[in-house]
Amino acid sequence: MKSSHQIELTAGLFLLLAVAALIFLAVQATDRGVVADGGYQVTAHFTNIGGLKTRAKVTMGGVTIGTVESIGLNLETFEAEVVLQIADRYSDLPEDTSASILTSGILGDQYVGLEPGGSPEPLRDGDRIMLTNSAVVLEQLISRYLFNTENEEE
Amino acid sequence: MTDDSRESPPIRLRDITLTLGGRVILENLNLELPAGKVTAVMGPSGAGKTTVLRLVTGQLKPDAGEVWIGDDRVDQLDARALNRLRRRMGVLLQNGALLTDLTCFDNVALPLREHTDLPESLIRRLVLLKLQTVGLRGAAKMYPRELSGGMNRRVATARAMALDPDVMLYDEPFAGLDPISLGVSLRLIRDISQALDTTSVVITHDVGEVRHFADHCCIISDRKIVAQGPPDELAGSDHALVQQFLKGLADGPVPFHYPAPGLAEDLLEPRQ
Amino acid sequence: MSDPGAKGPALLSPLRELGRAVLFLATALAHMRLTRLQIAETLRQIYFAGVRSLVIIVTCGFFVGLVLTLQTYDTLTRFGAGDAVSTVLALSLFRELGPVLTAILFAGRAGTSITAEIGLMRATEQLDALELMAIDPLERIVQPRLIGGLIAVPALVLVFNMTALLGGVVFAVALMGVDPGTFWGNMQNTVELGRDFGHGMLKAVAFGAIAAWLAVYHGWSARPTSEGVALATTQTVITTAIAVLILDFVLSAFML
Repeated sequence: MKSSHQIELTAGLFLLLAVAALIFLAVQATDRGVVADGGYQVTAHFTNIGGLKTRAKVTMGGVTIGTVESIGLNLETFEAEVVLQIADRYSDLPEDTSASILTSGILGDQYVGLEPGGSPEPLRDGDRIMLTNSAVVLEQLISRYLFNTENEEE
Repeated sequence: MTDDSRESPPIRLRDITLTLGGRVILENLNLELPAGKVTAVMGPSGAGKTTVLRLVTGQLKPDAGEVWIGDDRVDQLDARALNRLRRRMGVLLQNGALLTDLTCFDNVALPLREHTDLPESLIRRLVLLKLQTVGLRGAAKMYPRELSGGMNRRVATARAMALDPDVMLYDEPFAGLDPISLGVSLRLIRDISQALDTTSVVITHDVGEVRHFADHCCIISDRKIVAQGPPDELAGSDHALVQQFLKGLADGPVPFHYPAPGLAEDLLEPRQ
Repeated sequence: MSDPGAKGPALLSPLRELGRAVLFLATALAHMRLTRLQIAETLRQIYFAGVRSLVIIVTCGFFVGLVLTLQTYDTLTRFGAGDAVSTVLALSLFRELGPVLTAILFAGRAGTSITAEIGLMRATEQLDALELMAIDPLERIVQPRLIGGLIAVPALVLVFNMTALLGGVVFAVALMGVDPGTFWGNMQNTVELGRDFGHGMLKAVAFGAIAAWLAVYHGWSARPTSEGVALATTQTVITTAIAVLILDFVLSAFML
């Protein structure tokens, strides 16, 4: 039977091991809560969001800078209103930044890609991105192509 | 614990009726255990001796009647008061019931550490003295599983006396002991009773030894006390059960045969 | 527990048992004192529950990681998505397998140990002895084991997850030649700290509470005979497994 000193020591070491495991896992195996450090919100209106879902990534130049916070429908303009949550450290985006809905890969998930503009004024919390490009819907692309080729043949 | 009346209290059970599991164990039982004396509580198996012990400790409440220790009415105490009362009692259960994950030292120290604010150095001395009384100071660092049953009980006795109680209760302390250990236990019970001036209650079967340690005896049978008094007085009683018990007769008021239909019928007819 | 033959009482009996278990938990947690004795005793119980379970947790963790990666990699490569193996491994572990498997393994190793210990204490009258010494056995015996289990299980889940990931690394990187940068990189991109890892740890705490509670309850309510104690230990494993799996579904549904 171990002495109580040894037992307490081993118990302490065990908890230390658990904390080490926690740190290892949190740092090595997760995104470290990239967008968990608060952030600000901007909206963007699209005519069609395609397959975009909440929690989809928001990127600029390929770097993830935020996520899609919520998606709603404006009942007056019938446009999709997408709220983007952007991490605080990316707070100097030009206010004429454009937003497009892109697909990662050929059949991958959809995400919001931001393209910087040239304005010296930054985007602030609650601002709206004015330039947007809606998602490319495959069926429309095909039917447009067919329609055009039909036209050409005539 | 500034209790001024620290003399040993008498224990009284008045008109106790108790039913357990549908069976009436005790009925209108009256028992007087005199203060400062060692009383042996005896009786056939299942008569209710341990039940009497549990009434005194407050582990059981009677359906009717009163249990008194001195001026305290045990069966009506609330949990706090019962705890306070229990600190004045030392109980030795059968087989000792020491905590198996603590050393003998820690076992005896347990009530001291829990209920007093004494510094560890003083507790250490007290524990060693208690163990010395029972002759096991050398076994202080050992675990209960390393000691024999008899030694376990002695350590448990030391633990029961740790807080210098007014009342000591022993549940069958002699069961299964060899003659030497038996002699040791007898001596301890008497010594403790005298040294601490306690009211001691010993539940036992051991008729032969009774006169060596008990000032007072009683025999429980058939839900009542059938005899009470000093050991010699009991030996002279002509109550059938007392005689059967004291002499160890195979048959008498406690029958030899378990209830069964007649022998002739059983032998002649096929049993269904 | 209940008699399988009877119809009416068969439904009531488990309900009554559940009620008893809940009341027991409430009473056991009622008076908590923060004394040095209690803390020391709780640390001891963390040792018994946690440290003693390490061997089985680490071993099983490693092999679960290994086999899960093996199976997932095989399936994913059929779709040309072999690089996603680390993500699938991490997500399944953090969200489901880590907490659930650890809780059940804990019940088998430490839970039964606690149940048997308390059951035997009752059978040898140690619990009675404590009461007669005016020491509350709920406080002295049950509370430290409850809290110890509650702390030990999440700690064990962390260790399980870590060793399982290492098992995955061994298979994918060392054996299958997956690029370690891709392995960790994909995982880091997809696994969210708050959502995936955090929710998994919440489950770990909940399951730890359940496992510890059921272990002490079955020990406490065991019949004080050798058969009674043996029965109680099997019940600990069975009830913990069932409770954990049901709660797992409920929590998963809530968290998604």
